[in-house]
Amino acid sequence: MTPSNQQYNQFKDQLLAAFRANEERLNGESKAPLHQLRRSALQQFERLGFPTIKHEEWKYSNVNSLIKQAFDIDGASSISEADMDDLQIPNLEGNILYFVNGQYKPDLSRIVSPAEQVQITSFAEALKAEPELIDKHFARYADYQDNAFTALNTALANDGVVVRVPNGKTVEQPIILRFITDAREKNIASQPRNLIIVGRNAEVTLAESYRTLGDRSSFSNAVTEIVVEQDARAQYYKVQNESEAAYHIGTTQVYQADNSHFYSATVTLNGNFVRNNLNIVLNGQHCEAFMYGLYMPNGRQHVDNHTLVDHAMPNSYSNELYKGILDDSGTGVFNGKIFVRPDAQKTNAYQSCKNVVLSPNASMNTKPQLEIFADDVKCSHGTTTGKLDEEALFYMRSRGIPKDEAKTLLMYAFAEDVLSQIKIDPIREYLEGVVQQKLAM
Amino acid sequence: MLSISNLQASIGDKQILKGIDLQINAGEVHAIMGPNGSGKSTLASVLAGREDYEITEGTVLFEGDDLLDMAPEERAAAGIFLAFQYPVEIPGVSTTNFLKTALNEIRKHRGQDPLDAVQFLKLMKEKMKLVNIDQSLLSRSLNEGFSGGEKKRNEVFQMAMLEPKLAILDETDSGLDIDALRIVAEGVNKLRSPERATIVVTHYQRLLDYIVPDFVHVLYKGRIVKSGPKELALELEEKGYDWIRAEAEAA
Repeated sequence: MTPSNQQYNQFKDQLLAAFRANEERLNGESKAPLHQLRRSALQQFERLGFPTIKHEEWKYSNVNSLIKQAFDIDGASSISEADMDDLQIPNLEGNILYFVNGQYKPDLSRIVSPAEQVQITSFAEALKAEPELIDKHFARYADYQDNAFTALNTALANDGVVVRVPNGKTVEQPIILRFITDAREKNIASQPRNLIIVGRNAEVTLAESYRTLGDRSSFSNAVTEIVVEQDARAQYYKVQNESEAAYHIGTTQVYQADNSHFYSATVTLNGNFVRNNLNIVLNGQHCEAFMYGLYMPNGRQHVDNHTLVDHAMPNSYSNELYKGILDDSGTGVFNGKIFVRPDAQKTNAYQSCKNVVLSPNASMNTKPQLEIFADDVKCSHGTTTGKLDEEALFYMRSRGIPKDEAKTLLMYAFAEDVLSQIKIDPIREYLEGVVQQKLAM
Repeated sequence: MLSISNLQASIGDKQILKGIDLQINAGEVHAIMGPNGSGKSTLASVLAGREDYEITEGTVLFEGDDLLDMAPEERAAAGIFLAFQYPVEIPGVSTTNFLKTALNEIRKHRGQDPLDAVQFLKLMKEKMKLVNIDQSLLSRSLNEGFSGGEKKRNEVFQMAMLEPKLAILDETDSGLDIDALRIVAEGVNKLRSPERATIVVTHYQRLLDYIVPDFVHVLYKGRIVKSGPKELALELEEKGYDWIRAEAEAA
C-alpha cells in the first residue's frame, strides 16, 4: 500500500470509527429499523469507498485533495452571534434556521410561521421524538446504493431540519436554512440532512445557504430529500458562497406526485470544490419541474452540477437552464440526464446549458444525456460554451462604456437571467451584489 | 475636425485601406460611396476603433488629437459615434439602462456630473420624439428581436442621446424599406448642426436623397479615387461604378 492510499483510508477509517462509537451509545436502539438502515448505508459506503476519476460520474471531479485531509467531525464550535455579523443577508425575513458545523443552533434561529402552517423541527430532535416519521421517509428517496457520499451522509447524519407542511396550507414566510461552517481553528466536516414534506395542495418556499467562517478546510456533505405531494408547490433555492478552502458535496432528491410543481435555482458563487446533484423523480402526471443554475468558478475553483430528471409518468413537463461564467483557472462540469420511461408518453422535457469562458486556462465540460424510452414525447437539449462576445463588447465600448465595465455589464446580464428566478427578494439582491463584486474583480 | 492622412490598414495579411486622405470640417456632411469590398466599412470601423484592423501607416487627428491612440470608449467620449451596419443584440441589457450607463460614462470622462434618473428620462423623452421611437422598445433588451428598421432607428436614437461631434453612419440604409429609410434620415437631419460633422457610408444613392451631402467621395480598392459635390452621387447612380473602375485602372 502506498503512503497516499494510507492517507485516503485515514479519513474513511475515521468516519467508520465515528459510526461505531455512535452505535455503542445507542444501547437497545441499535436493533431499530432506522439504525439497521444506517448500518446498511455505512456498509455500502465502506464497500464503495470514495469515488475516483475512473468512476463515470466523477470523471471530471477529483476528490483526492479532499479525502487526504483530516477533519474534525464532532461539530463543536465556539461561534457567537457577533461572529455572524459578516454573514448576514440584509433585510432577510422569515423562518431563519442556523446550523453551525452541521448542528442546529436554536438560540441563533427564529421560527415565525405558526405551527398550523408548518412544522419545523431539527433533524436531531425528530430522530428522538418522531421515529415513525423518520422511518417512513428517511433515505426512501435519496439512493445510497451508488453514491458513496449519500451513503456516508445516510449513515452519519445527525442534524439538519425536518419540515412538514400540512395538506392545504401555504407557508407564507420562506424557510431559510443557513449552514455555517466555522473553520477558523480546525478543518471541519459536517453531514447535514434535511427532509421536506410538502403535503397535498400545500405550498412552501425554502432556501439552503452555505457559508464558511475562517480559512481552514471545510467539507459539507449534505443531503436534502423533498417530497412534493399531489397538487403541492415547492420553491427551492440552494445558494453557495463559501471559502477558498471549502468542499461541498450535496444531493437534493426530489419526489413529485400528480399535478405538483417544483421550482428550483442552484447558485454557486464561491467555494474550492463543489458538487451538486439535483435529482428529480416525476412520479405523477401533469407535474412541472423547473431547474435553474448559475455557477461562476474563478481562481482555482471547481463547480460540478449533475442533474437528473426522471420522467416516470405521462404528461409531465420539465425545463432546465444552467449558466456558467468561468474565469482564471476555474473549471466547471454540467451533466444533465433526462430519463423518459416507457410509460411517460406526452412528456415535454427541455434542457439548456450556456457557458462563457473568459480565460484560456478556464474550462468547462458539458454532457447532456437523454435516455428516451417513450415514442410520443418532446425533448430538446442544447449546450453552448464560448468566449465573451467581442462584437457586443466593441458595440458597448463604441458608445463610451469602458472595456471592464462593458464586460461586467454583459456578464451580469447573462447571470441575471438565472438570478431573476429567485423569488426571495433579499436573497436575490444579496446574490446580485456578490455577482457584481465577483465580476468587477 | 477630422484629418486623415495616408491611412493604411489591414486585416491579417490583407491590406484594405491603401492610403486614405480626407479632411472633414465641423458642419459638413461627407458621403463615402463605392462598390462592395472597396473598404468603406473598414474606414468607418477603423475610425471607431475596432481592434480587428491593424493600422500600418498614416495618421488620424480628431480635433488635433491622435485618434488612433485612443480606445473605442475614449473616442466615444471625445465625440465620435458609429451607427453600426449590423447593430448587436445584447440580451438582458435594456436600451434605457445601456444608454444611461454610456451617457454617464461619457459625462464622467468629460468631467461632468452624471445625470440622475429624472434628468435622464427627461432627455430621453425629448430625443424619442426626434426619431419617433417607442418607449416599449427602449425597455426591451437592446436590439433583441428588433426588426431591421427598429435597430437602425435605435442607432439614430442613441446618436441623438449621445450628441456626438462626428457621426459615422455605416450603411444605415441597408435592409430598410423606403418608409423606414425616411424616418431614419429625418432623425439624422434633425441632428445636423454647424458644430457637428457626419460621414455617411453607403453603397446606394437613395439615402443621399434624404441626407444631402456637401461632398461625395468614391472609394475604390482602398483609395479615394474621386471626390466631388453632391451631384457626383447622382452621376454614380446613373452610370454605376464601372466608369470609376475604368478611370481608376487607367490612372
